[in-house]
Amino acid sequence: MMKTAVQGIGLLASGLAGWDASRTVLAGFRPFRPGDTPDPEALILPPNERRRSSDCVRWAVQVAEEAIAQSGLDPRDVPTVFASSGGEMGVFDQLCRVLATPDRHVSPTLFHQSVHNTAAGYWGIATAGQQSSTALSCYDDSFAAGLLEAISIVCVEERPVLLVSYDLAVPAPLNNARPITEGFAVAFVVAPPLDDSPVIVQMRLEKANGRKSSSLPDPDLERLRLDNPAARSLPMLCAIAVGGSRTVGLDLLDCQQLILNVESCRPSAKAN
Amino acid sequence: MAPLVLSAYTLVTANGRGVGPVLEAIRERRSGLKPCDFEDVTLKTYVGRVAGLEDFSLDHELKPFDCRNNRLAWLGLQQDGFTVAVAEARQRYGAHRIAVVMGTSTSGILETEHAYRARDPQTGQLPGRYTARYRYTHNMFSLGHFTRTCLGLQGPAMVISTACSSSAKAFATAARLMQAGLCDAAIVGGVDSLCHTTLYGFSALQLLSASPCRPCDEDRDGLSLGEAAGYALLEFGERVGGRGTVALLGYGESTDGYHMSHPHPEGAGAVHAIRDSLIRARLRPENIEYVNLHGTATPANDSVEDKAVYSIFGARPACSSTKGWTGHTLGAAGITEAVISALCLEHGVIPGTLNCLRVDPSLKSRILRENQIGPLSCVLSNIFGFGGNNCSLVLGKL
Repeated sequence: MMKTAVQGIGLLASGLAGWDASRTVLAGFRPFRPGDTPDPEALILPPNERRRSSDCVRWAVQVAEEAIAQSGLDPRDVPTVFASSGGEMGVFDQLCRVLATPDRHVSPTLFHQSVHNTAAGYWGIATAGQQSSTALSCYDDSFAAGLLEAISIVCVEERPVLLVSYDLAVPAPLNNARPITEGFAVAFVVAPPLDDSPVIVQMRLEKANGRKSSSLPDPDLERLRLDNPAARSLPMLCAIAVGGSRTVGLDLLDCQQLILNVESCRPSAKAN
Repeated sequence: MAPLVLSAYTLVTANGRGVGPVLEAIRERRSGLKPCDFEDVTLKTYVGRVAGLEDFSLDHELKPFDCRNNRLAWLGLQQDGFTVAVAEARQRYGAHRIAVVMGTSTSGILETEHAYRARDPQTGQLPGRYTARYRYTHNMFSLGHFTRTCLGLQGPAMVISTACSSSAKAFATAARLMQAGLCDAAIVGGVDSLCHTTLYGFSALQLLSASPCRPCDEDRDGLSLGEAAGYALLEFGERVGGRGTVALLGYGESTDGYHMSHPHPEGAGAVHAIRDSLIRARLRPENIEYVNLHGTATPANDSVEDKAVYSIFGARPACSSTKGWTGHTLGAAGITEAVISALCLEHGVIPGTLNCLRVDPSLKSRILRENQIGPLSCVLSNIFGFGGNNCSLVLGKL
């Protein structure tokens, strides 16, 4: 068992505007009512960078900022893990449109924004951070892979880590290849546990036959979970929101599962 | 950290298939760079293209994966007895106990580029034969999925994609998974292949040279792109490490927190990554005999890297870039240069920087122009990427 504390959470999706505002929804005390697609400000980005940043960057940076603020940590001290199935799908759409024209005039900004670590890079620039930063993908299980990487860093290197997982609605015509219809971004600050850590997550990796992730009772939340790889984090978020002791399973490919024992000690505390 | 033995490794670059041709090209100082003849690209530049990728396709259960990047990945797996070594490791540890951590920057994006050219003129839709295979070709995890499928592995898997540092960072992630007890061994590697995105993208950034790249040369004027596939099998030294085996001794990772495509002017992030790699390896700067530079041959990279390297090592260790042989293989640069470093250690050779006619007099490190022969025990390899993402690896003999 690998034991870590959750010191901060950031969340953004339609109907889930921030962790504090969403806790009661995820705990089942209020109904989940998706509405307009959020348009995050990501105020930590310098104005220049924000103006040319992609939607992915702003969503990822917004939840990263929320989680870091809760943790009380200086972002410059915290290594990051950014997990996304497809990364900058909107940028790929623009790039491939240009590359299909005769003159292929790619804008330099669009090109450097096409890398999988774009959001990670912008977060680093915004915080002037020089810690390690990993960007990764594991298709539908990108969140679970990111959590595995983040918890490995916490346990092996004994330091806090910021995990950000995000995927956005895929634009046409690329959405026929990857039909993600709703954006979702989530961030966790995970850290070596302290005596007063309000949320403890113990993780182990198990063999599994086939896919058997925890599902959600609310049909709309379950639909969101299945729609967006980053939303595969919802069972973990719900377990933390409800409080008490819960076990959550997250698929890691077809033959393994992350088993998370979540103990959320003070479900109503840490409002800010 | 506990040393992790590279108990098998392999590499395919423009120099040829397998480590033999790579070593031969180094000894004979023969570049793999040629004028760009990739598809219909009209840019005046040189590329390190791997020959033969157009001449076969992936078939049977690998058919959905068929694309340039996975063909290159497949070619890599066939060399140097790598799959046999992995099969033996699978017997030792079990398929669930071997992780797959691969690096790539653009995965199979070439398929998406082709699909956009083939959009339906009426509806704008992409061809169905593309959309059905996106998951297996362009998606960033495709390479990881493909590798574990080919090798019959069932442990944790992921693809690291931090631009050029991707497959160097795969070593760091795999080392942590092993140290955390989540696996007993790991396949690390990287595959990146030529595509229009990177060719026209680097051209737009005015970072492509019109001639074969000249790392550390006073007249260097940009990089040459290449493609490569490389893999290593990592196992704990105490289990398989005999005296003299090549092992990963340390890794260091950092970011510049400065700019998406320009390096930090003082190389602050690079210094951080190099220092961390030495700390993990429990080595002092004077233990490093050879620094395998990132050395892309862009004016900025080489001078900033020189500042960082000199500030730590002074002018003592031999330094060189091998980009003149392979071109910059982007997400595969980490594994390309880790395997070259391993070959240097095993065969006692330090490659002198190919195409560097006159070392830029402003560089203070000891840049090697000619090959140097002699026993070698400890190498540092640097990789820096977009997003200011840096990684340094220390490889040495046990």
